[in-house]
Amino acid sequence: MTAHGHAEPTSFAFDDESNAAIEKIVARYPAGKQASAVIPLLYIVQRQMKRQTDSAWVPRVGMDAVAARLGMAPIRVYEVATFYFMFNTKPIGRFHLQVCGTTPCWLRGSDAVMKACKDAGHLSGYGDTSADGLFTMTEVECLGGCVNAPILQVDDDYYEDMDYESTVKLIEALKRGERPKPGSVIGRQTSAPVGGPTTLLDVAGE
Amino acid sequence: MALSDKDRIFTNLYGMQHWGLEAARKRGNWDGTKDIILKGRDWIIEEVKNSGLRGRGGAGFPTGMKWSFMPKQASDRPHYLVVNSDESEPGTCKDRDILRHDPHTLIEGCLIAGVAMGANAGYIYVRGEYYNEHLVLQAAIDEAYAAGLIGRNACGTGFDFDLYVHRGAGAYICGEETALIESLEGKKGMPRLKPPFPAAVGLYGCPSTVNNVETIAVVPTILRRGGAWFAGFGRPRNSGTKIFCIQGHVNKPCNVEEEMSIPMRELIEKHAGGVRGGWDNLLAVIPGGSSTPMLPKSICDDVLMDFDALRDHKTGLGTAGVIVMDKSTDLIKAIARLSKFYKHESCGQCTPCREGMGWVGRMMDRMVEGRAEVAEIDVLEQVTRQIEGHTICALADGGVWPVQGLIRHFRPMMEERIAAYKARSAGAAPVALAAE
Repeated sequence: MTAHGHAEPTSFAFDDESNAAIEKIVARYPAGKQASAVIPLLYIVQRQMKRQTDSAWVPRVGMDAVAARLGMAPIRVYEVATFYFMFNTKPIGRFHLQVCGTTPCWLRGSDAVMKACKDAGHLSGYGDTSADGLFTMTEVECLGGCVNAPILQVDDDYYEDMDYESTVKLIEALKRGERPKPGSVIGRQTSAPVGGPTTLLDVAGE
Repeated sequence: MALSDKDRIFTNLYGMQHWGLEAARKRGNWDGTKDIILKGRDWIIEEVKNSGLRGRGGAGFPTGMKWSFMPKQASDRPHYLVVNSDESEPGTCKDRDILRHDPHTLIEGCLIAGVAMGANAGYIYVRGEYYNEHLVLQAAIDEAYAAGLIGRNACGTGFDFDLYVHRGAGAYICGEETALIESLEGKKGMPRLKPPFPAAVGLYGCPSTVNNVETIAVVPTILRRGGAWFAGFGRPRNSGTKIFCIQGHVNKPCNVEEEMSIPMRELIEKHAGGVRGGWDNLLAVIPGGSSTPMLPKSICDDVLMDFDALRDHKTGLGTAGVIVMDKSTDLIKAIARLSKFYKHESCGQCTPCREGMGWVGRMMDRMVEGRAEVAEIDVLEQVTRQIEGHTICALADGGVWPVQGLIRHFRPMMEERIAAYKARSAGAAPVALAAE
C-alpha cells in the first residue's frame, strides 16, 4: 500500500469510457504518428484512475498500457510521464490544491492562499496529503491567469482573485461536497477591471 | 489618440457575450472569409506584410515574412500550421481570453494562415492547465466544422483544412517552438538545434510554421479592413493593436486591447485604475512578461509600450504582461522567485541552463537575505553573461535577464541588503565567494 490507502495497482486496462476517448484522439494524428497521442493518453489514464480510485494519478502499469496501445517502448512513455509536471506519478488526495506561487501571484498575496490551504486543509506544506485523504497541495508555476491573481487551481478549475478568507471558504465547501463555480470569487467579469470594463462599452450587453 | 471600440479586434475579450458561432458572426467574424481565401496565398502574405504585424508571442518577428519562408512548391511532404497556445510566460494571460471568449477569431485565422502557407492541417497546442478553455475551443472548432467553415472544401473555396486541439501537460519550455513540436510528436519538450528551421523541417519532419494565438487571431480582421488600417496604429515598425495584461500592484488589474506605443503610464492609469497608492508609489515595472528586465519608475514615467522603445531601454515588449511593483515590494525577492521559476522549467538539455539556473537561483536566495559579499553582485552579473547566448534556446536568456535588470537598476538596494546583514551578524563566518 502506498500512502493514503491507494495501492500501486498490479494491472491496468482501459475501460469503455477511456477506449471511446482514445479512438477519437488517435484519429487526430497522421498514420504512423500515433506517438503524438502519448500526452492525451496519459491524461486518459489519470482520469480513469480518478474514476476508479478517487485519486488522479498515473501508475507505472498505466504507462505500460499507453505504450502497448501506441506501439511505443515503455521507456518513451515513462520519460514523457515524468517530464511533464501535470502527471501525478504518485497517488494524490481527492482534491488537488494547486497554488500558484510565481511572482505575479506572489505580489498579490499567494502566501496567504498557501497558508489558508494549510490551515483549512490540515496540510503541513507543499507535497503533503491530508490524513483524511481529501487534499493534496502542490506549488505550481505561473498558471497564466495573472490579472486575476492570486489563483488557486482545484483539479481542472481556476479560482481567481483569492485571499485567505475566500480560500478557507472554498476548502470548507469542498469538504461539504459542494463544488463552487470556478472563476473570480469577488464577482469580477473575467479579466475585466473591477467595477466594469473601460473599453468595449459600445458592444457590451448587445 | 486612444483606441476606439470600433477599432478593437477582440470585441468579446471579457466574455460579455457568447463565444459561439452565432454571436461571433454578429461580431463580424467569418465575414467574407471565402473572398479573402480566393484572393490567394500571395495576396494574403503581402497584405499581412503591409500591416506590419509582428509576432505577439514575445520575439516580435514579422509575421508576413515568417509565412513567406514556407516552401512555395508542393511536394510529397504536407505543410503544417502549428499554433502556440502554451501561454506560460509569467505575467501573460491574453491568449486565454481569446481561447475562451473569442475562439472564432483564432479558428478563422488558422484557416487563412493555412491557405497562406499551403497547410491543409493545423494543430493548436494549448497548455494543459487551460482545461476549461480547451473545451470551449474544441466546441467552437466543432461548430466551424458543422457549418462547413473548416474541413473539406472550407467555406466553399475548394481548400481542405483540418484543425485539431492538442493539450500540453505543464512545461513552460514547450512554448519554445521546436520544443513544442517535439512535444506534439509525443516526446519530452526539448528544443531542437536550428537550423534546420521549422519552415524546412518542422512537425513530423515537414515544413511547418509556429505562430502565437494572438498573431493568428488578428489576421482575419487585418485582411477585412486592410493592412494599412492596422499599420495606422502605433509607431512605424510597431504597428497595430495589442492585448496588454496589467497586473501586480495596480488598483484594477485587467486585460485590455490597446494601441501599440501607448505610454506605459497612460495604459496603467486609464485601464488598471493606476498604481496602488498613486503613481509616486511606483517602484518598478516588468514591462513584457517575466523574461523582460524591469524598469525603474524614472523610465516608466514616459516610456512607450512598443518593441523599439522598450528595446532602447535594454528590455522588451515580450508578451506585454505588465507586472507593476509598488514601493512595498521586496524587488530582490520578486526576482529570486522568477529565478526559481526558470530553474524549475529548464529542460536540462544544455549545461549552462541546467546548472546555471540553479546556481543563479541559489545566489539570488542569498541576495534576498543579504548573506553575500558586495563583490558577489559582480560575480553574479558576470555569470549571467556567460549563460546568456550559450544554450540551444532562449529559456536561459530569459532566466538571467531579470537578474541583470535588477542589478542594472537596483544595485544599491542589493548592497544595502548586504550591509544590513553584515551589521546584524557581525563576527559570523563569511560566506565563501560565490559559494552556494
